[in-house]
Amino acid sequence: MSAAQLLPSVGGSFAHRRRRGAELFLLVLSLVVGIGAYAAVGIGVHGKVPPDIVGYGGGLAALVLVCHLVVRFFAPYADPVLLPIVSGLNGLGLAMIRRLDESGAAGTGNLAGKQLIWTTVGVILFVLVLIVLRDHRRLQSLTYTSGFAAIVLLVLPMLPLIGTQINGARIWIRLGPLSFQPGEVAKLLLVIFFAGYLVLHRDALALAGRRFAGIDFPRGRDLGPVVVMWLVSLGILVFQRDLGSSLLFFGLFVVMLYVATERPGWLVVGLGLFVIGSYASYLLFSHVQERVNVWLHPFAPDTNGYQIVQAMYGMAWGGLVGRGLGQGDPSLVPFSYSDFIMSSIGEELGLTGMIAVLVLYGIIVERCLRTALVCRDSFGKLLASGLGVVFALQVFVVVGGVTKLIPLTGLTTPFLSYGGSSLVANWAIIALLLRISDQARRPPPDLTGGAGRATGEDDATQVVKL
Amino acid sequence: MNKPIRMMSILCMLLFAALLVNATYLQYFRASSLDSRNDNKRVRDAEYSRHRGAIVVAGKQIAKSVPVHDHYKYLRTYPQPRRYAQVTGYYSYVYGRNAIELTQNDILSGSDPRLFVNRIQDLLGNAAPEGGSVSLTIDPKAQAAAANGLAALGAHTEGAVAAIDPTTGKILALASAPTYDPNRLSSHHFDKVQKAWDQLTHNPKSPLVDRAIQRTYPPGSTFKLVTAAAALSSGQYTPNSIVKAGPSLDLPLTTTDLVNENGTDCGGPRITLTQALVVSCNVSFGSLGMHLGGDVLRQQAQKFGFGQTYLQGLNGQVPSRFPKHLNAPQTALSAIGQYDVAATPLQMAMVAAGIADGGTVMRPYLVDEVRAPDLSVLDKTEPEPFRSNVVSSTVAHELTQMMIAVVDHGTGTTAQIPGMKVAGKTGTAQSEPSRPPYAWFVSFAPADDPKVAVAVLVEDAGVDRNAISGSGLAAPIAKKVMEAVIGK
Repeated sequence: MSAAQLLPSVGGSFAHRRRRGAELFLLVLSLVVGIGAYAAVGIGVHGKVPPDIVGYGGGLAALVLVCHLVVRFFAPYADPVLLPIVSGLNGLGLAMIRRLDESGAAGTGNLAGKQLIWTTVGVILFVLVLIVLRDHRRLQSLTYTSGFAAIVLLVLPMLPLIGTQINGARIWIRLGPLSFQPGEVAKLLLVIFFAGYLVLHRDALALAGRRFAGIDFPRGRDLGPVVVMWLVSLGILVFQRDLGSSLLFFGLFVVMLYVATERPGWLVVGLGLFVIGSYASYLLFSHVQERVNVWLHPFAPDTNGYQIVQAMYGMAWGGLVGRGLGQGDPSLVPFSYSDFIMSSIGEELGLTGMIAVLVLYGIIVERCLRTALVCRDSFGKLLASGLGVVFALQVFVVVGGVTKLIPLTGLTTPFLSYGGSSLVANWAIIALLLRISDQARRPPPDLTGGAGRATGEDDATQVVKL
Repeated sequence: MNKPIRMMSILCMLLFAALLVNATYLQYFRASSLDSRNDNKRVRDAEYSRHRGAIVVAGKQIAKSVPVHDHYKYLRTYPQPRRYAQVTGYYSYVYGRNAIELTQNDILSGSDPRLFVNRIQDLLGNAAPEGGSVSLTIDPKAQAAAANGLAALGAHTEGAVAAIDPTTGKILALASAPTYDPNRLSSHHFDKVQKAWDQLTHNPKSPLVDRAIQRTYPPGSTFKLVTAAAALSSGQYTPNSIVKAGPSLDLPLTTTDLVNENGTDCGGPRITLTQALVVSCNVSFGSLGMHLGGDVLRQQAQKFGFGQTYLQGLNGQVPSRFPKHLNAPQTALSAIGQYDVAATPLQMAMVAAGIADGGTVMRPYLVDEVRAPDLSVLDKTEPEPFRSNVVSSTVAHELTQMMIAVVDHGTGTTAQIPGMKVAGKTGTAQSEPSRPPYAWFVSFAPADDPKVAVAVLVEDAGVDRNAISGSGLAAPIAKKVMEAVIGK
């Protein structure tokens, strides 16, 4: 069904509008959210608007303006909604971290100041990606480089000297005063690697197989890469004790396999391996058992459920409309500024704020998948859908954990949590997505003229394939 | 590749839907149950920073929140702490709440659904939410008489007083000795609070226990009212029936005899039932009990409220007890309130109230009115019968006459009020030889138009063993309480 319906939009009779004006308008709204929240924190905690509001607001506005101008000139057809959402979430996160700074949740550190610096770094990377990478398909030549780099980054925390264990998980590297979570960057590199790898091997994976119980199962030898990825995920779980990333990487790979091959059998196989892996790790590892126990019996006196219980109390205390910024007690929750920032939002902005943030995340995912749908090349489709799914999975895992829907696993909340690696990596991801959507929404090049690049022919082939 | 992408969109949508539903469940539907959990510091902090409603007795606040300049904007204070401790209870950040502070917490703290409109107004007007107030049925004069009467017996006194309005069930006085100062527990100096708590909980006399409702004692001779009620209700006896008396009663299956207090013979081998009650004849009521049987006695006791909890407004009431499966000598001992019979002072006040009200026992209650912060009445307790036809009105009248005789020329003369008929019954219950007996007095007045029924228990007054008797220690306190209610 999709091919016939999509042909007009791909074929060129439908032209996407640039909508940069709409983007600018939404960006102004996002600034109102970010700067307004910052002012509300000052009023809530000290009873007056923070004295540095003009400087802070000006800085934030400048960053947003730079982003907008770069998009306007270097990706004029890019999706107009993504950037404003990200800017709004980032601003809200900054205000929330500032608020938690005020209550001393993070010790004496000025986390909001650091987060603002990381935001600036993120924006610089965003700008660089859009300027340097004029066509996302160039990343396809970096397929194996990305894969190798991802493995190196994942292994780095295991190395002596630079690898550090923080809060039980060995997912950090320390370089001088800076600590860095390489897994966040590895996430992006893995998506590039998977997309490149699958574009090449999708036919072999898709066409050979056996049908059993109404489902097309892949051949045994084609299972190789899946099993390898499964083992890598388990390795992360075992050696780095990082439940969340393990789940994220494996889920990402299974979904991308499915998208590339169009075979639901992969989902079944993936789900089976997931169930086996999680059950085995539950039996084998005490830290997994502990997480599950805390999830099932948070109030039991012998389980260590303080964090999740305080988070639940906080969100319940927030109720429908929240206590108001600066007027709750979110710092009772350990790590209220990083992993548990959603419980802080739930407490001070209420269910309303919680739903608003979740809907924003949902729109990001929807925009990613929409970009994947209209994208003209397979690599771009896989890249965009992979990034969208990884986003959805990450939000589900971390927010589901904080709200006790699923057992808690440590993952950052994109754009909200305190943490440089996550913020910078996510800004790069958004830049990449904007690049893909710019490419996808741009009117198709005139194939008869000389303007088309060498890839123009690939585009035409893609149309037939769809 | 578009089909799987669409499929993934649907899956992602489901993931987000699950998050949204779960957040709604957590923050809306489950919120109040999470809020009400004991270790929820946020709710506790907020409650302690809020203007808590007052507990009011006859227009005067006996518990109120006063503004202070520390972390929690208000301090709970009790102007007459020791007199009302059993009623108000305490309100401690560290150790929680008790009594009215506990049972009426929703209204006092302002979270009661009946205050919903006020909460919306506060929200719109940006005013700090306030709690509603609770008015009690307590008569301040009766409460003062009860508390002072116990205190007058000395610092070592253990005892309790319960007074009820027999026609409505209103609790007029509820006192227990030793008492305590709830201000020490509501203080914001938590180290001092902890010290006070340790002292109170380690005190062997357990001042935190409300003896009027939370402890049972052998009721002794006051239980003869129940035995007499069962006898008259059986139709086999009238107040003038001749019953067995004499110096001792042979208890079957045992080698011991049941004897009378102070070794008397009750005035002869055969006396009237009224005379038996007037002199509190153990021999007569022991043989009466064996004749009626344990089941009849138990049923009569249950009609008065034994074995049940019925008090509205206070936590921790324990049921009174009449044992099951009695042999003959056990029945004889139970009929005079010994063996394994045990009653709270409140229960014995209920017995008097049932007789006073012509055979109807009203459900006792402590909360008269509940008011919003703007003083509009949210709720007023309507009196309701706990049990009617406990005895017939004829039997109630006969019992009243017998009890009047007790006070007029029997063991209860110390409770006489000039110019008024008082109905009463003394009791001096032995428990173990090692500890002093329990002195009881149960009464109501005026006998022809009862306004108050009262039970007084003195457990240990630190006086000489021979000086302990219902008439000597308990009856004067009961008299003071009755006078306070009637206004003499």
